Amino acid sequence: MSHSSQPAFSSGRLLRACLYAVLILFAVYYLLPLFVMLVNSVKTLDEIRGGNMMSLPKNFTFEPWLTAWSSAQIGVEPTGLSPYFINSILMVVPAVTISTFLGALNGYVLTKWRFPGDKVVFGLMLFACFIPFQIVLIPMARVLGAIGLAGTTSGLVLVHVVYGLGFTTLFFRNYYAAFPDELIKAAKMDGAGFWRTFTRILLPSSGPIIVVTVIWQFTNIWNDFLFGASFADFDSMPMTVALNNLVSSSTGVKEYNVHFAGAVLAALPTLIVYVVSGRYFVRGLMAGAVKG
Amino acid sequence: MFLGKMTRAGLGMIAALGLSTSIASAQESVEVLHWWTAGGEAKALQVLKKDLEGQGVSWNDMPVAGGGGEQAMTVLRARVTSGNAPTAVQMLGFDIKDWAGEGVLGNLDELAAKEGWDAVVPDALKGFSKYDGHWIAAPVNVHSTNWVWANKAIFDELGLKQPGSWDELIAALDKIKAAGYTAVAHGGQAWQDATIFDAVVMATGGPDFYQASMIDTDPDALGSDTMKTVFERMATLRGYVDDNFSGRDWNLATAMVINKEAGVQFMGDWAKGEFLNAGKVPDQDFLCFRFPGTQDAVTFNSDQFVMFKVGEDRQDAQMKLASAVMSPSFQSAFNVVKGSVPARTDVPNDAFDACGKKGMAELAAANKKGTLFGSMAHGHAVPAGVKNAMYDVITAHFNGEYDAATAVEELVNAVESAQ
Amino acid sequence: MQHSLPGKAEATLREILPRLVLSPSLFLILLFVYGFILYTGYLSLTDSRMLPSYDLQGLENYARLWGQRNWITALQNLAIFGILYILICSLLGLVLAIFLDQKIRGEGILRPIYLYPMALSFIVTGTAWKWFLDPGLGLENTMHLWGWESFSFDWIKDRNMAIYTVVIAAVWQSSGFVMAMFLAGLRGIDSEILKAAQMDGAGRWSLYTRIMIPQLRPVFLSAFVVLAHLAIKAYDLVIALTNGGPGRATELPATFMYSYTFTRNQMGVGASSAVIMLAMIASIIVPYLYAELRERR
Repeated sequence: MSHSSQPAFSSGRLLRACLYAVLILFAVYYLLPLFVMLVNSVKTLDEIRGGNMMSLPKNFTFEPWLTAWSSAQIGVEPTGLSPYFINSILMVVPAVTISTFLGALNGYVLTKWRFPGDKVVFGLMLFACFIPFQIVLIPMARVLGAIGLAGTTSGLVLVHVVYGLGFTTLFFRNYYAAFPDELIKAAKMDGAGFWRTFTRILLPSSGPIIVVTVIWQFTNIWNDFLFGASFADFDSMPMTVALNNLVSSSTGVKEYNVHFAGAVLAALPTLIVYVVSGRYFVRGLMAGAVKG
Repeated sequence: MFLGKMTRAGLGMIAALGLSTSIASAQESVEVLHWWTAGGEAKALQVLKKDLEGQGVSWNDMPVAGGGGEQAMTVLRARVTSGNAPTAVQMLGFDIKDWAGEGVLGNLDELAAKEGWDAVVPDALKGFSKYDGHWIAAPVNVHSTNWVWANKAIFDELGLKQPGSWDELIAALDKIKAAGYTAVAHGGQAWQDATIFDAVVMATGGPDFYQASMIDTDPDALGSDTMKTVFERMATLRGYVDDNFSGRDWNLATAMVINKEAGVQFMGDWAKGEFLNAGKVPDQDFLCFRFPGTQDAVTFNSDQFVMFKVGEDRQDAQMKLASAVMSPSFQSAFNVVKGSVPARTDVPNDAFDACGKKGMAELAAANKKGTLFGSMAHGHAVPAGVKNAMYDVITAHFNGEYDAATAVEELVNAVESAQ
Repeated sequence: MQHSLPGKAEATLREILPRLVLSPSLFLILLFVYGFILYTGYLSLTDSRMLPSYDLQGLENYARLWGQRNWITALQNLAIFGILYILICSLLGLVLAIFLDQKIRGEGILRPIYLYPMALSFIVTGTAWKWFLDPGLGLENTMHLWGWESFSFDWIKDRNMAIYTVVIAAVWQSSGFVMAMFLAGLRGIDSEILKAAQMDGAGRWSLYTRIMIPQLRPVFLSAFVVLAHLAIKAYDLVIALTNGGPGRATELPATFMYSYTFTRNQMGVGASSAVIMLAMIASIIVPYLYAELRERR
């Protein structure tokens, strides 16, 4: 895949140094907020109040992290963020799995089992990516109430599946569009039906796009606040809602170090997913998602 | 055998997670939606939770923080629309009336009659706790919003005494500014601007003018010369605020007073918690007094637990909750922590500090004199739509977009179009 | 299973099976997206305030909407924000991708650093950004402490400049993602084409401007769609950074819609602003979809 051309600026040490300088400069820009959060999460509150936000901690303390995880006041209970972590996992895993699976099937049908009007169907699904979520709150609440899923994790999963379908379908459709039709035809000739072709031919080579889709969905659903706050109950409240309760209490005393520690904790799963699978992410994008 | 092991392991896990507080299905429970999610106020609610658990009612906590309850109100809409209303919801001012108007609230008349709420809750509060003559909510506290918080060291250093009038206030601020301090610690957020505005309206026009302009939204009062003076005074105060005020959280402004960077802050009584948390003592390290010119009046906001219509099987627990909220012991314990004063006027003041005692006495006095008014800035004077329309004008003027004359005009227009 | 069916039914099943598989998704989308859009359209014509009401009152909400100064501000801000955000993200993404594509040592470290902001929500980073941009706490203060006394960076407090700080934070969040898209695009270019061009004596500069960047056209389009929808939906960013302030100087359509629907109890006006937003989105996306879908086969 990688082209063997000479790198554009390989000649000239100076140019190359500039190149690195620019790249590192931007790395600093991207890292700054994370740096601010990390540095201040290990300072004492007094040091934060009186000091420079960029300076390194004078008295290193790990206390805020422990507090944020297990003893910070989230509502009435001093539970920290830990119980909500589970809620988020219970919501994210099924939602990501189902929406990815449906997206794969949709992409498969839309490219390999075409029918009259398939483009219109795809267009309808794609446009769904762009609906502002605020407008669906009230009607969605009514529907969830009507089907008895109000305030449940299942209800949240349904919501996230519905509003993730557009993107997952887009990803898989673009990926499968580039998949050679000849292979499908050959399989059909061999008597493979709809499902067999899918499971034997397409799925095994869908690795890269599955990575992209899972990362995309995982991040979006994990980070969602609006739906989590509106449709969860006391016992299904996701991590972001708990984090918000921790950091934006209105008239309470603000413990910034605990807030920052909590924020980093809440972001850890998505951070890990990005860092670990970042390489596959670009590869997956390369394999189809960015081909128009 | 195997199953037994599993169960035991499972039970162990539950106990380890601290969820062992019996979750028997037959037990009564209440679900409470609120935004007291952090620090002292959340701890204070635990008093209520323990109280109820003592009566065999379990507490299902549904905290949603953000924007002084804005986020929680959005959640509430979704919950009510889906037919899954919580037992009780923390609410402020006109939101209560608006929800009552939708016909989704419960009725507390029987309990209120039994416990004699009518006699102990100030009339101005009842305006929100009752709708069409029926009790719908249990008030938890009264915050008064027209306080001044001052750094005593700066006042001593400059030989200042508590200003009693607008002119004395300006003279004091001038001295503080000349000494190199920020005179007024302020955060440029709409509700903070409006909090000062409330106080200036009251100080400039007196209680009757406040009633006419902020509560009755009489166009003549809103467009009067007095209102122009109010805006001019707001601009004057703007001159004592540092350049970096915009967007600042109120507690950071409080920290400026605590750290002797700024002389005074105009803020509701919740600011006290910040002082206490920093180890400061009332009258010794910091001063609390009414905004000059509003000494006899109190503008308030009051957190209430509004009871929603629930199935009959949940009503008993709901009544227990309401009764616990109104019990003098909870009212005292909670408000000592929260910085506010009890919603009942018959609660002993022993547990409160100097500022708290002052607040309780002044509330009772204002209630008697009829000078206890709902705060516009905190949604106790006008409905949310009108309040936000006023916010727009006040904030725009404070940030220099309008001069006083234009602001008066805009205020009249904005209020009219929001109604 | 298949053999138990008579031949004709089996054929029919095979015929409609793909459509059957698609139908649950289509049903969900039709109900939860298009159904709700219609519902919102209907609400915009009613006198709904706190909860939905079904009493029609004509176009009054739209008249009110366009009479609001805040709405006009929100649209102007969206224009400034949207244009800058899309341009800067695309440009920065492209440049960083080209730079990273120069056989850079440490690419494996730099790439996730550029990419990670997309993984965080503004509930997480909002406070950090707010501090960083605050002159009294953040960059300006730090520069002063380091001895650069005249340094000034107070945009977030300035009514006319605050919207640009929103752009800075938004670019921070998504430019890395755009970079990844471009990088993938660059890596996906057929090496044969490049070799041929090099043999023809194309210089490095013209190799990029003439051959590679034109090849990236589909990436530009995908990036545009992703960025445009993020720009129009931008909400928590503004809430976390400025909450619409100073004054209402950084109001955007999404924040406007939310506040009218949920905090100002003017659901009808909120719904009408949502309809306008949807129309704007459609005017960008539909032509793109049309071109995209017609081109293919």
